[in-house]
This record gives sequence, C-alpha cells and structure tokens, in this order.
Amino acid sequence: MTLADLVTGDCAKLDEINTDDPGVIRLMGLGMIEDITIRLKNVAIGGDPLEIGFFGGSVSLRKEQARHFKVSRIAASD
Amino acid sequence: MTEGSEIKIPLSGIGIRHKASSSIAIIGNPNSGKSTLFNRLTGLRQTTGNFPGVTIEKHQGTAQLESSAVSLVDLPGIYSLDGSSTDERIAIDVILERIPGTEGPNGLLVVIDATHLYQGLYLLEQILELQLPTVVALTMIDAAAASGISTDIERLQAALGGIPVYPVSSTRKMGLDELRLGLARIADSPVPPIPASWPALSKTAQSLLQQLDADWQRVDVIQALLQTHPGHVEKLEQQLGSDTIGKLRLELFGNAPPAAAEARHRYRWAKNVITEVQSQAPLYLKMRARLIRWTNQPWPATLLFFGVLLLVFQAVFSWATPMMDAIDRASSRLGQQILTQLGDNALGSFLADGVIAGVGSVIIFLPQILILFLFIIILEDSGYLARASFLMDRVMRGVGLSGQSVIPMLSSFACAVPSIMATRVIPNRKDRIATILAAPFMTCSARLPIYALLIAAFVPNRSMGWLNLQGVILFGLYLLGIIAGLGTAFFLKTSVLKGPKPRFMLALPEFRTPNLQTIAIKLYDRIRIFLKRAGTVIFSVAVIVWGLAYFPRMDTTHFETPTTQAELATQEDVEAARSAAQMSQSWLGRLGRVIEPVFKPLGWDWRVSSAVIAGFPAREVVVAVMGTIYAVGSNYDDQSLAEKLRAVQWPDGRPIFTLPMVLGLLIFYAWCLQCAATVATIHRETNSWRWPIFAWTYMTGIGYVGALLVYQLGSLI
Repeated sequence: MTLADLVTGDCAKLDEINTDDPGVIRLMGLGMIEDITIRLKNVAIGGDPLEIGFFGGSVSLRKEQARHFKVSRIAASD
Repeated sequence: MTEGSEIKIPLSGIGIRHKASSSIAIIGNPNSGKSTLFNRLTGLRQTTGNFPGVTIEKHQGTAQLESSAVSLVDLPGIYSLDGSSTDERIAIDVILERIPGTEGPNGLLVVIDATHLYQGLYLLEQILELQLPTVVALTMIDAAAASGISTDIERLQAALGGIPVYPVSSTRKMGLDELRLGLARIADSPVPPIPASWPALSKTAQSLLQQLDADWQRVDVIQALLQTHPGHVEKLEQQLGSDTIGKLRLELFGNAPPAAAEARHRYRWAKNVITEVQSQAPLYLKMRARLIRWTNQPWPATLLFFGVLLLVFQAVFSWATPMMDAIDRASSRLGQQILTQLGDNALGSFLADGVIAGVGSVIIFLPQILILFLFIIILEDSGYLARASFLMDRVMRGVGLSGQSVIPMLSSFACAVPSIMATRVIPNRKDRIATILAAPFMTCSARLPIYALLIAAFVPNRSMGWLNLQGVILFGLYLLGIIAGLGTAFFLKTSVLKGPKPRFMLALPEFRTPNLQTIAIKLYDRIRIFLKRAGTVIFSVAVIVWGLAYFPRMDTTHFETPTTQAELATQEDVEAARSAAQMSQSWLGRLGRVIEPVFKPLGWDWRVSSAVIAGFPAREVVVAVMGTIYAVGSNYDDQSLAEKLRAVQWPDGRPIFTLPMVLGLLIFYAWCLQCAATVATIHRETNSWRWPIFAWTYMTGIGYVGALLVYQLGSLI
C-alpha cells in the first residue's frame, strides 16, 4: 500500500521510496526517508493534497507524489 | 569587564556604539523564528537594501555585544543547500559567496527550531561543510516544553562535535545574553568539525581536496559530487576525469540520485541524534491543540479560510474608508489654500494640482495597503498562509498552477505590486510567470474609485430581491477580474508556459502567536518598499499628467468671443467653461482628440479618451483627470462629478455616458493594465522586458475587445 491509500489519522512506516520522480526527491529533502514513522494528519476537501506529519513537523503533498511512497500501516489512531 | 574595576557600568548601559567587526549570516528553516531572533539581536538598528543584481531585499543589522559589535544579515529561510525558488537561491548564494561584489560572511548563526530539530539538523549538517565558524541558536524552547519536548543541550552539543548551542526564547527574551557572548567570540572560533552524518562522503571529499588546486573549497567539491551546482560539476569532471568521478559517485550513491542518497544519510543521522537528545513526555491535548485539530479538518478549515478572507476584505475596504476620505479632504483643502495664496497661475497650479494632488494620490492608498499588509504579515507569521495554500491547491490545480499561487493572487486584490513580489516563493519559473501575469487582473484598490464613481452615477440604485443592482455590478466586476486572471493562467499554462505539472510540496508550520515586534518591523519594511516602488511612479505620473493638462496655456483673448459669452450666464460658468476649454486645447486634450477615433467604437469621446490616456501610467488618476476635464477650477465642489458626467453630450445632443458605454468602460478598467508600477515590477521580477510588454499588450487588448463588445451589443438592445 502507498501513502495515498491511508485514511486521516493513520500512522504508518515508510518502507520504500521510488526516487524516479523529482518531486519525491524534494520531499526526501524535507525529511521523508525510509523507516521513519509518519501520520496522515489531514486532507483538503476532495482528499487531495495530504498533510503528513513526522518528527513534530508537517509537509503537504499531492496524491500523485504520495503514490511513490510504499508504507505499512502501524495503527489507525483516533 | 575586569575584576578590579571600581565602578561597573555595563557598556550597553552607557550607549557606546561599536562598529561591526565581523559579519555573520543568519540561516535557518522557514518559520524557525529566525527573523524574530534577528530583530531581538539588532533592535531597530537595521537597514534594508538590495543584493547587487537581484531583486531580493537584504536585511542587515548591527548587534551590539559587550565590547564589540557584529553585523548580521538575515537570509530567507531554507531547508537545504539545493533550494530551487528565487528566495532560497539567494540565501544559498550569499553564504556560498556566489554573488559578485559581495563578501561572504565570516561566521554563521544557524537557527534551529527545537520543535523541528529534524529538519534543522539536516540543514546544519549541510552548512557545516562550509567549514566556517558556526554557532547554533535553538529557538522555540518554551514552545517545545509546552508540547512536552525536552532537549539535552549538552548531549546535542556533543553530538554536533562541540559546536556551541544556545537555547533561546525570543518571546521571553531568554538566553539572548549568552548568545550575544557566543557571537562576540565567533571570529576567533575554530572552524567546526567535519559533519558526522555522512562519513563516506566526507572521506571522498577530503581525498579529492588533496588532489585539487588550492582554490577549491570543501563545500564546492561536495556540491560537485552531489551535482547540486552544475558549474562545479563540470569543473571537477574536467580536472579529474569524468570516469573517476563517475566511479566515486557509484560508490557513494549506488543507483540512487545523489540528492536522495544525501537525504537518506543525513536524515538517518538526524533521527538518531533526536532519539539521543530529545525526549517526548506523554501529553494530553490541551484545549487549544484540540481546537486547532478540529479546525484543520477539510470542511471547517475551508469555511474558516473563507471567513478569514471575508474579514480581511471587510477590513481593507471599510476600515480604510474614513482614513482615505480624510486624506482626500486634507489634500484638496491644502491644494485650495495654495491656490488662494499663490493665485491661479502656473506655480500655484503646479503645487496644488500637480505636487499636492500627486502626493495625495500616493498616500490615499496607504490606509488600505497598511491594513492589507498588516493582515498578511499576521497570517504569515502565525503560519496560516501555508495552510491557505494547502486548502486552495485543488482550485489552482484546475488552471495548471498550485496552492502556492493563492497568496500572491489574494494580495493582488489590494495591489499587484506586492503580490508580484510575493511570487518569489514559487519554485518553478513558468508557474511563477503565469502567476505574475494572472495577478494584475484581480481588482486592486486603485480600480475602486472609478468603479464607485461610475456605478453610483449610472447604475440604478434598484433592489433585486435582497440584492442591490449596484452591488451586483460591483461583485460582477470582481468576478470578471478573477475569471480573466484564472483564464489567463490556464491559457498560458496550456500554451507558451506549458511545462511539467506543478508539484505541491510545502512544509506546513504549526499555528503560532505572532510576535509584535516582528510584525511592526515587517510592516514598516513593506510600506517603505511600496512607497519607494509604487509611490515614486505614481507621483511622477501625477506631475506629468498635470503638465500635459496645464500646457500649452490657452490664449484667453481668443476665448472671450461674443458668441460664447452670450450663452453663459454667470461668472462661475465662465470659469468652468474656460477650464474645460483649456483642457480641450492642452496636450492631453489634443492627445485625446488624436486618439478619439480608436476609442469611438467603444462610445468614448475625446474627453473620456484623454482621461483613459492619463490613466495608463496609473489608473487611480482617472477620476481626478475626469474632474479636471469636466469641472476644473474653483467650482469643483459645486456640482458633483457624477452629475456632470450624466449631463455630457455628443455634439448632436445624445448623452455620452449611456449604460452600455459605462459598462464597457468598467470592463475596460477591470481588464486593462493601467499601472506603470505593475509593469515596472513585472520587469524587475522576471528580469526581462518580454513579459511586461506582453502583459500590457494582452491586458489592454482584451480590455478593449471586452468594452467594444459590451458597448456595441448593449447599444443594439
């Protein structure tokens, strides 16, 4: 499953990142690397873009880029 | 201070100002509290200039320390040394000494937000490659504590190889004295240790440095290996052979792009440091946090956004009105007084109708600009602007842009000049230009006076259900601006500015209570830039327009022919007619007549044409020029301009200002780029003449066509 399949409130571990998309590399430069735990904090109306929280910070990205991040769900919180 | 001295007066207490001995650049992530710290350290001793050759403002200040002073440069916030937006690049170029004519800093103050240690440490590791004396200020210590995060400073310092780390809280002014001491010592500090986050890269860089000439810096080698700086890449491959470098890259990065490999190595290290130095106490969400979490849900957040928007617009347009009226009254009273004092001659008219009216037409915008800037700065500082981009991304996607274009477009409703400057955060140049060209379509405050005048004079004040016809027309004009702006963006993004689909990647800061000092300084700064950029243009235009209308002087003897005299009853009418006749044969009037055939299909006579020409450099002078054309002189107040406009006729007796003509004129004003300040700003920000010329021609063209269609079709009905 990918980041785009999570539901608001889900916590997940980033397993694998497809670095072919230049946008994905920019997100990695903001700290989205393998093995960190992230939380899908919010989505905008229509489910896109997403707000991803990790290590106290948040970044937003579109589903298009979210599909390049393979994740495994840890817990469905809230 | 020595132990044996008898009287101890702190040097800062007796007001000795030291000259700056070294220059320190302040670097940090966006929203890390960098600017607030800069303001705390320098107080009001700061200047804003420009970096040579670029449009970004340079914020420089002097921090007075115990027995010396340092010069501080506040740079735009960045996340890494390979930033892509204009703002980010300037910060990087300054610290890497890539701006010709500017000296690089002697030392660096890296600002890290304690609640965002992860991204802060990543940037710090890249910066340590510069091997410049560095100190770290750990900000937001109290905010971190409030959310249950405690940081072990000693351990952090050890993990960073001994670089001094100063915990500070700018809001509570904690830790600032210690930081000042650290800054005082910076010039004598040793170069920092080699960053620990990627030993293999460090080793490779080190061994390459030994093979290269002395003019290679360590950071240049690293940027060449990581392919972040094309110039260095080429130079390195030339000197050592692209095969050797290729092999080294393969060893270091494998098949991953270098930037991805760098993120993996350095962030993994940052993650380990955090688990070592920070602990998070379990925390029940407080009321505030719960509230924020609730309002961040899709629908409440979007509704809240529109609420905020409504509040800002309400403030900009209704709170500013009393102030604007007062400025208007004051400037016309002052003009009247000058005219009575000096008499109605060239000097008096120049001072009253040229200079005073010119200054007045600049400062009349100040209340609105002030209120708009105030709101934008508060929203920016509290972290809400990024949230607004997030919420509106979907809307902008429809026209091929991203949420990052939302803020510039919204600011444009007050004035396009600051809004074009606000596009600097957009990373992609094509997206940025599309936003720059769409923004001037939004109804700025300079369009309002002409809208207000024409609507009040010609649109019946009739209610349509619970709506008012005048209000509907005004709303329609705003809508026309939005439609044309978004349509333009869409048209450009699908044709000349076609590019890869914009991505939307943005760090979303938490909401924070903005700092008053920071707001005040930023507000002062932006107002100053506005007055300098737009004010000078508007003022010069007002004086030029006055000159065009005042000269050449009419031959009065020629005017007093019996026929004209006989038709006019009173002395006042003679005055008014004389002024109108003067305008008619002035340069402006002649220009209006020359150009009349062009505008005749829109239903405009030479007088309207003259006013429109006068408005091309700055649209806000149009109302004043109309006032001059129709009723210049002492009896300006006797009859309102609106009534005069209703009375004007073509030579054959038909009224000029018919409803279709007025609606066409309104559309012309909604779409036309009548603002030299905007043209100049587009030129500065795109660094070309192509885009300002395109913008002007395109907007004037569709304004003309729009007005033509409305007038011709409307006249048929």
